[in-house]
Amino acid sequence: MLGLLGPNGAGKTTAVRILATLLKPDRGSARVAGFDVVREPAQVRARIGLAGQYAAVDENLSGSENLEMVGRLYHLGRGASRQRAWELLDDFDLAEAGKRLVRTYSGGMRRRLDLAAALVARPPILFLDEPTTGLDLRSRITLWDALESLVTEGTTVLLTTQYLDEADRLSHRIAVVDHGVVIAEGAPDELKRRVGGERLEIRLADGSVAPTAVGALAALGDGAPSALDGLVSMPVSGGGTVADAVRALDAAGIAIGDIATRQPTLDDVFLTLTGRAAVDAQEESE
Amino acid sequence: MSAAGYELSDTWVLASRSVKRIARQPDLLVGYTIQPIMFVLLFVYVFGGAISTPGYSYVDYLIPGILVQSIVFGGFATALGLSDDLKKGLMDRFRSLPMSRSAVLTGRTFADISTNTIQLVVMLAVGLAVGFRFTTEIPAILGGIALLLLIGYAFSWVFAFIGLTASSPEAANAFGFTILFPVTFVSSAFVPVESMPSWLQPVAEHNPFTTMVDAIRHLFIDAPVGNDVWLAALWSVAIAVVFGALAILRYRRVASR
Repeated sequence: MLGLLGPNGAGKTTAVRILATLLKPDRGSARVAGFDVVREPAQVRARIGLAGQYAAVDENLSGSENLEMVGRLYHLGRGASRQRAWELLDDFDLAEAGKRLVRTYSGGMRRRLDLAAALVARPPILFLDEPTTGLDLRSRITLWDALESLVTEGTTVLLTTQYLDEADRLSHRIAVVDHGVVIAEGAPDELKRRVGGERLEIRLADGSVAPTAVGALAALGDGAPSALDGLVSMPVSGGGTVADAVRALDAAGIAIGDIATRQPTLDDVFLTLTGRAAVDAQEESE
Repeated sequence: MSAAGYELSDTWVLASRSVKRIARQPDLLVGYTIQPIMFVLLFVYVFGGAISTPGYSYVDYLIPGILVQSIVFGGFATALGLSDDLKKGLMDRFRSLPMSRSAVLTGRTFADISTNTIQLVVMLAVGLAVGFRFTTEIPAILGGIALLLLIGYAFSWVFAFIGLTASSPEAANAFGFTILFPVTFVSSAFVPVESMPSWLQPVAEHNPFTTMVDAIRHLFIDAPVGNDVWLAALWSVAIAVVFGALAILRYRRVASR
């Protein structure tokens, strides 16, 4: 599984749409399963499943009718389509709701049905465009479990996400994209090492002394501290650092508003890789 | 299966999807049946007394006109449905499947034929109940029904184009009614063209709706016509071909946004 990680507007969806033959690239070429997406779209379509940012299911059909329709459009035949539909409803814990109209489904159920629809033809390659955006944690975990077992069974998955934890948990490799360009690529651990793992964050009582604080803390972390709007942040490892930092700042006569350690987020990856916050990239693109 | 076989089966699968949806959206069923019935009752009992139609009772004059108007709007579900599929991302799903491209449109327009047939049956029943009587033989009546279905099919393609052009289902609704509605009224559908102001008469006279309504009047109540029956069929085929081509072009463009 390859995770495509980036903020809104980074070009993740565009990349997926080109690979799924929905969009023609302005230039360049791409091959999926060995077939050119522009010249051999039919061969590509027969080998892929796509689940986009919206739950692309028909609200006025039941769950089983939706999956059967997709099966028949993959030309699986009537009987096989029906059988496959119920198999998938079972797999995704939707069998009980299979005969109900989709408009009575919850958001999480719709997403699961949408993912099931992408799997109808057992495609060797699956494109998932932010499959868990807007879902609650429980639904996200259910989806993650389903994806993990798919990958174990040998499906190649390209997943786009705005969440580092999601890419981290599911992907074997992660590509970070910004402005349509891959700015970093590697295994999740490699990438996190570059970001610096755990971070110490100190909210200063007075933001104007940030440069002094950065100087006082320079020797303590695993990397250089950075400051943004009175928030000083630096990569750390080990538990003693918080106490060390408090002492160092106290000695320098700097008052602390708040101090905490936390896991790296997409913002940190971005800050480290591009020197600016992910929010900026989002605003620029809008 | 051959490519043509897949094309037919894809169209069939999507047409049955559309038909299933309609029974489950009661508001659409109201549009198909109750609304035209209201029109018949309003025109026969409210306006009818004030409109003079020399040579015919008003109900005999009105029913062919109102049948054409309702069947023209019968394809409306296609505009709403396509617009909705675009908005909800279903269009992307269809386009990522190894299915026939055109089936998304042909499925919809074929589904309209079945709903148009239901609508036609309901309206004829109501027409007969309020006093409409055929004065022609069975072959002419059947020919009239076939022509009505052909007209309905042609306008399904107009609505397909509207559905793919409008930015939302609500906009498709406004689009359809503000453009098509007045056009159906400036015709011989509800009042004789001769009763309109002289500057408007040529417009109404050349309105294809007038040709279509006159053709149905000829086939149902033996009103005199020139070539209106053939002209009406020709108009329908031309509208289907032109808007079919426009809708397919539009589909290619819109779907690859």
